[in-house]
Parts: sequence; structure tokens; C-alpha cells
Amino acid sequence: MDVMEPIQSNQPQFPGDVYEAPGGGFMTSTLQDVINWARSNSLWPLTFGTSCCAIELMSTASAKYDYSRFGFEVVRATPRQADLIIVSGTIVNKMAPVLKRLYDQMPDPKYVIAMGACAISGGPFFYNTYSVVKGVDHVIPVDVYIPGCPPRPEALMHSLITLQEKIMSGMTRDQIRRQHNPDL
Amino acid sequence: MTYEALKITITELAPSALFEEGGEWLNIFISPDAFPAFVQQLRSTEGLDFDSLFCLTCVDWKTHFTMVYHLSSTIHFHNMVVKVKLDRNKPEIETVSAIWRTAEFHEREVYDLFGVEFLHHPDLRRLLLTDDWVGYPLRKDYEDPINMIKL
Repeated sequence: MDVMEPIQSNQPQFPGDVYEAPGGGFMTSTLQDVINWARSNSLWPLTFGTSCCAIELMSTASAKYDYSRFGFEVVRATPRQADLIIVSGTIVNKMAPVLKRLYDQMPDPKYVIAMGACAISGGPFFYNTYSVVKGVDHVIPVDVYIPGCPPRPEALMHSLITLQEKIMSGMTRDQIRRQHNPDL
Repeated sequence: MTYEALKITITELAPSALFEEGGEWLNIFISPDAFPAFVQQLRSTEGLDFDSLFCLTCVDWKTHFTMVYHLSSTIHFHNMVVKVKLDRNKPEIETVSAIWRTAEFHEREVYDLFGVEFLHHPDLRRLLLTDDWVGYPLRKDYEDPINMIKL
């Protein structure tokens, strides 16, 4: 079986209906859906790796797996230009304020992937220590969790596609918050 | 110098030293009192010339601490390990940072995590943890009820 087949079948299609008409055609959609579609296909991850998961992340970014095929093209070295942070590795108590600051500096809408056991829960080895944050969701809100130690590039790719599906499925975190509290 | 020759030379330098057999390198136990003069001799004695300290650490054996110094010579290409037993209630040892500059940070790290006092150290502060940290996390009896599960 061609490995690309399931990936391609999961590829997001343009959200809307196409109507054939003589001499061309037209399509209908909502602005919200078009924005989400565009947004999900152009996620710029922040350069952020704190341990061995970052090696798999780099592997996913490089030629063999190449996540730019799915729209994760431009890895940014500054949080001000990034809208996705892939927490790849252990977060220790000293790193937690730095991570929070990086997250706060990112423009909305922003997304977080917790990659690997350490980012999800503190990790298989370092859990019972004085220095490790037991899951990155104690510090920043997480959109997609991907287990593994470390997860293989295919798994990371799956989490990225899951995040795209999540973005296309509806509103951003900020929009939901505003809907519940219009005074914001 | 070979293992055997090294052993003979060191026995002459410090007759009270105890050797520990079975390791890859020459292991030697020395008392904290004899330690400062002994390591100075290791550094300066011709033929030994231990000019590189490549590992400095501490082990908590619950009954006592053991300081472990891994030494190497870049001239003669021989290695040895110096160990010093310390009293767990009052762990104190003379600094070696004047002999090997690299020890300055290593000793700060051991001070930080084990609470060993290095006498005459130029700048003995915590290295990795915050200055107001209470306790020494790598001691076996360290307790942190918020972050750690007691096994």
C-alpha cells in the first residue's frame, strides 16, 4: 500500500460547495470556514525543543518526513512570528516561566502541541523529582497531546494533522472565550 | 605510568592511603586531613602530573558522603580516582579549585545539590537552584511532599 494514500485522503479539502455553471462555476462557503482553512494550512511553529523529542521534531522537519508538505513550512526563531509551539521535551521549573513568556508573546490565535511523555505528564524517568513540571498544561493550555517517548515522526505528523482538523472544526480559543463573555 | 607503577609511587607519597581494587582505574581512599597536601602532590610531582580534573562528584551512602575526584594527566595519559569519606552531619573538605580551576563550578554544583562545604572556595554559592532554596535535593533523605512521591 502506498503510505501516502491515507495521508492524502485525510488532506483537508476546501470547505464549501462547488456549483458548475456554463462557462465556469462558483463556490459558496462562510468566511469563518475559509479563514480556518487558510489558517490550518499555514502554521508557523516556534523553534522550541528542550530534550530528545526535539530530535524527532527536527527529523520530522527535515527531508525524509518533511512536514512542510502539510503547511508547517516556516519554523520561526521568534515567538512574535509563530502561531504554534510544539513542546518537545521536559519542562523543568526553571524553564516554565520562560515557556509561559514565549507563549504570551505569540500573537493570537495560537496553538500548543504537547509532544511526548514529559510534556504530557512529566515523563517516565523524571517524574518523581523536585525539578520537573508534571505536564506542560500546568503552565499553558494544550491543544493536542501526542504520547510516546519520544513519539515517532509519523506520530508527530498525526498530531499536526489532528491540530489542523481541530482548527477547521470551529472557533479559536479566543473566540469561544468571547462568546461566553462578550465584555472581554 | 602503568597501574602498578602508579600504585608504588602513590604509596610512597601517602603511606596511609587505602587502595580499592577491582576498578578500571586506580582507586584510592584518603582522609580529609591528608587530602589537601596529597592532591597538591598529585598535581606537582614529576612523573605523576595530574593536570586535569575531569570529574568531581559526591555520593550519598546514607551513612556518610564520599567525594570522588577523577584525575587525568595529559602528559603521561594515566588516570586515577581519589575518594574521600566525609562525615554526613558536617560535610567539609578543602577546595581543589586553586589546583584545578574547573573545580570551582563543580564544587558549587556539589554544594548546591549535596550541601558539602568546600573550605576556602572563592565563591561558594548555589549554582543551579535558586538562592533561597531550602535543602539539598540529591541527598537520599531529601523530602519534597509537593513534587515527589515517597517510595
